[in-house]
Amino acid sequence: MRVLVTGGRGLLGSATVRELTARGHEVTTLQRSPAGHGPEVREILGDVTDAGVVRAAAEGRDAIVHLAALVSMVGAWSEFERVNVGGTRNVLAAASAAGVTRLVHVSSPSVAHAGEPLVGVASTPADPDRARGNYARSKAIAELEALSHDGEALAVSAIRPHLVWGPGDTQLIGRIAERARQGRLVLIDDGAALIDTTYVDNAAEALAQALDRCTRPEVRGRALVVTNGQPRTVAELVGRIAEASGGASPRRHVPFSVARTAGAVLERVWARSGREDEPPLTAFVAEQLATAHWFDQRETRAALDWRPSVGIEEGLARLGASYA
Amino acid sequence: MTARDADGVSRTWHVLDTHPDGSVDDVELTLLCVHGNPTWSYLWRRLLAAAPSGIRVVAVDHLDMGYSERTDTVRRLGQRIEDLSVVTAALGVDGPVVTVAHDWGGPISLGWALAHREQLRGIVLLNTAVHQPEGAPAPSIIRLARSAPVLQANTVTTPAFLRGTTLLSGTSLPRSVADAFAAPYATADRRSAIGAFVSDIPLEPGHPSASTLDAIAADIGGLDVPALLLWGPGDPVFSDRYLNDLIGRLPQADVHRYEGARHLVIEDAPSLVDDLLTWVADLRAGRTSAEPSPHSEGEPLWSALDERALDDPSGIALAEPTTDGAWRKVTWDLLHRNVDLLARGLAARGVHRGDRVAVLITPGADLLAVVYACWRIGASVVVTDAGLGVRGIHRALRGAAPQHVIAIPRGMTLVRALRLPGRRIPVSELPAIARLGSTMSSLPQAPGPDDEAVVAFTSGSTGPAKGVVYRHRQVQRTRDALREHYAITPRDSLVAAFAPWAVLGPALGIASAIPDMDVTSPRTLTARAFAASVRVVDGTLVWASPAAFTSILGSAGGMSDDDLAALGSLRLVLGAGAPVSPALLHGMARLCPRAEVRTPYGMTEVLPVADVTIGEIDGAGLGPGVLVGHPLEGVDVRISELDSSGTAVGPLSDRTGVLGEVVVRAPHQKDRYDRLWATERASSRETGWHRTGDVGELDDAGRLWIGGRLAHVITTADGPVAPVRIEQAVELLPEVEQAACVGVGPMGTQHLVVVVVSAKAAGGLADLGLTERVRRAAGADVAAVLVRNDLPVDVRHRSKIDRTAISRWAGDMLAGRS
Repeated sequence: MRVLVTGGRGLLGSATVRELTARGHEVTTLQRSPAGHGPEVREILGDVTDAGVVRAAAEGRDAIVHLAALVSMVGAWSEFERVNVGGTRNVLAAASAAGVTRLVHVSSPSVAHAGEPLVGVASTPADPDRARGNYARSKAIAELEALSHDGEALAVSAIRPHLVWGPGDTQLIGRIAERARQGRLVLIDDGAALIDTTYVDNAAEALAQALDRCTRPEVRGRALVVTNGQPRTVAELVGRIAEASGGASPRRHVPFSVARTAGAVLERVWARSGREDEPPLTAFVAEQLATAHWFDQRETRAALDWRPSVGIEEGLARLGASYA
Repeated sequence: MTARDADGVSRTWHVLDTHPDGSVDDVELTLLCVHGNPTWSYLWRRLLAAAPSGIRVVAVDHLDMGYSERTDTVRRLGQRIEDLSVVTAALGVDGPVVTVAHDWGGPISLGWALAHREQLRGIVLLNTAVHQPEGAPAPSIIRLARSAPVLQANTVTTPAFLRGTTLLSGTSLPRSVADAFAAPYATADRRSAIGAFVSDIPLEPGHPSASTLDAIAADIGGLDVPALLLWGPGDPVFSDRYLNDLIGRLPQADVHRYEGARHLVIEDAPSLVDDLLTWVADLRAGRTSAEPSPHSEGEPLWSALDERALDDPSGIALAEPTTDGAWRKVTWDLLHRNVDLLARGLAARGVHRGDRVAVLITPGADLLAVVYACWRIGASVVVTDAGLGVRGIHRALRGAAPQHVIAIPRGMTLVRALRLPGRRIPVSELPAIARLGSTMSSLPQAPGPDDEAVVAFTSGSTGPAKGVVYRHRQVQRTRDALREHYAITPRDSLVAAFAPWAVLGPALGIASAIPDMDVTSPRTLTARAFAASVRVVDGTLVWASPAAFTSILGSAGGMSDDDLAALGSLRLVLGAGAPVSPALLHGMARLCPRAEVRTPYGMTEVLPVADVTIGEIDGAGLGPGVLVGHPLEGVDVRISELDSSGTAVGPLSDRTGVLGEVVVRAPHQKDRYDRLWATERASSRETGWHRTGDVGELDDAGRLWIGGRLAHVITTADGPVAPVRIEQAVELLPEVEQAACVGVGPMGTQHLVVVVVSAKAAGGLADLGLTERVRRAAGADVAAVLVRNDLPVDVRHRSKIDRTAISRWAGDMLAGRS
């Protein structure tokens, strides 16, 4: 198939481009700056918020994997709405105009949850009213709109990978690794909450499978959470990532209530000072790190006919090798 | 629905009907549901919803009740029976019927049943009564409600009686359900019949409804259809006394008591509707319980006692410690005479064949004499042990409903305090009873092999303890299985440190010694006391629990050379009651160098099933659980494979390497669970077999491995996992003393968590190093490793790990902030 990947420069975007190319698809990417995917990938530079650019990029494509999004714990609602909701609308309009037949919309498990402990939960519908924070709310609206376009001409599926990590990750891994090297890692409570994560190659394979199987009734019109299916405690995850990156395991603990308050204060300070980077902690992140969230993967694995090929231990070994 | 009542007056009834449009061609059976007071047909809603095809469910609101017409008449029991007949005629219910009734609906439904015998296929009754048992006061709550001023205020003027009834549910009813029960009774007008209904309870002779009710009570004995009694034992109105009365009238009845359920048993017991429909389905299919197996008749339980008394009258039958540290020895002749005299005396005191006798006596001469005397009369012995706890004994004895209780002072205090049923006979009266027996010229006729012999109780480590019924032939075969498998001859003698089996010595014709210990606590058995009990009878066999082994080995340092030498007479050491660790078996093997150390596998329902030596365990190494060895001769073992939800759905199979529920069939297995029809039905869903609730695998050598309890199976997305294999592998780590493998998360998508006891680690989350070592040893994707100071165990044996509690604890911890 001829596939357009939006947001092809990030950790998951790059892995997805590699996976699709390896499967023999002809891949075009759309992102704001060059990704350097190599000669077999055509790169279009542009913003998903620009409807004209998106329409041009979709022209002649059979399928779209829509990854481009604003991912941040802080920021103004208008920005999230413009990029995550507006961008998705542009993609949907472009898909219709260009006669694209398949769309895999990349979403997030946070679209369906309000911060309660998630213990083996299935993929439930997105809920903008309950989703916590601007990011999750904008992604919830976008996912609902995307899935509402599933129809005869266009098959749409939403895939929600949870906490994607791997070598080269500047978000989760990068921040833990940096603080571990500085000896500044702190655990909230005892770090006993079980959390699902997804090694990046597994998430990319799941997206490629979703694209292949997008027209099947068990995939189209559905939202599916994707994880490694190997939940680990926050303490173990942070400790192992710190180890793999050559830093020190966290030794200090702060109670959850302190962490949440600190996060809320930092958010306000950042907002007032107009800083563009992310604060070291937000109330939302404090909650996330103190609360179990892991998922029932049976439906996803059956629908996508997919299983993670890289286990957590193997993923950590690869991460360690990337730092060596 | 409108029809003319027996007086020719047109009346309107409110009826729930699964076939309201009259399309009844496919109906093979109708369940006629009759509510009591002050409920209405809403009571039966889940039965209507769950009814399978071919079954019509009709639930009628009595006139003046529910949403039926308010008639301004006083309708007595007889007229209500006629009303019900009018309704069934008008609804065209003319085919086969099973009546289903609750509370005062019971007599009405039975009245209908007696009037429609040709249609009647079965009777189902839930917490009801047809008769006020002699000598028993009416339930005080009803007597109070019946007193005139209270009656009016309670039942009509205010909704107290109505709301009170929904409060008689054991679980607090959801508000919406309580409101629905009250919905048709919103005003005093609409409630008036509730008062009339209560007034119509014939508590006193001469009451206008008394003769009708008495006739029903007398006549239902003639109904030869199957009957099912479903009971909430916590009902302050219709207590177990009424259940026992009904069982006397309907001896064919299947009975299930839902422990913890109260008056509104159908609301309190979530499985009741399914159980009822299973019973109805069995009725339609003509399913019968197991035929008595065709084995030849065994020797009576007392025959070896008779023989030894003839052959070796002055030989020792029993040695028990006295309070001053000496031994009291009972000869075969004396034991035989005591049994004979007590049997005559107890019979003279009104203990009859078929009666149940609860025996609360510590192991020793009195216990043996009473048990064998009861067996000789044909009375069944109800055996509880202190390990059940006061609450457990209370439930057990209420459930078994013994006619008599024979108890030591401590037991009698308990019986009084708990106001347990049964005529009370203190052990201090036994000499007088024996003297009375000496004046009786003959023994009662001996019972047959099908007479009930024992009600024993499971340990209750997974739910309330269950009563297990054995008939004489099943106890005989247990005796014979032990005798044959362990080659027991009269030259053997038994050190009985395991309470349930302390009574089998005389049946086996071998001497028994009771060690000096608190039998309620196996941990009180010291090595010296153990050696003394071996010495006093030149013991060749020991039967003890792992907790007793632990205690013996822990105090072995205090043994003298004489003590150690005494252990040389032992030829066989058996550990039972709970899984025995190889370390304990090795310890006992070192202590008793001439004895073979074995551990039988079995349960209260079948013992033994299989048996293994310490040598075989060592030779086999790690496997899919605990090796329990080859099934005994005559015992069949099969596996019922688990599905992804951990339910044992597979057909009985002898395939090897398949994880499933262990299902056994043995001549010496239980007859049934007591008053737990649905539990029995589930455990013997393959007729003649017993589902053990254990999971395991068979190997190529035909040996059985146990992987844990079915209730403790972890259902991962990759299939069910039994905990014991992982625990054994993890316990090989030097820093791990004990391990429990449990699941967290919802059924079918659980993850493994290993909880270890380790002196080298702090409680809570294990550190990265220990986590990795445990995960590697487990050979499975363990999500987390937690450390505790100890693991919760059962009260009775102190060795069955309570994985359910651990799983809950781990789940809470790993959920993080709640």
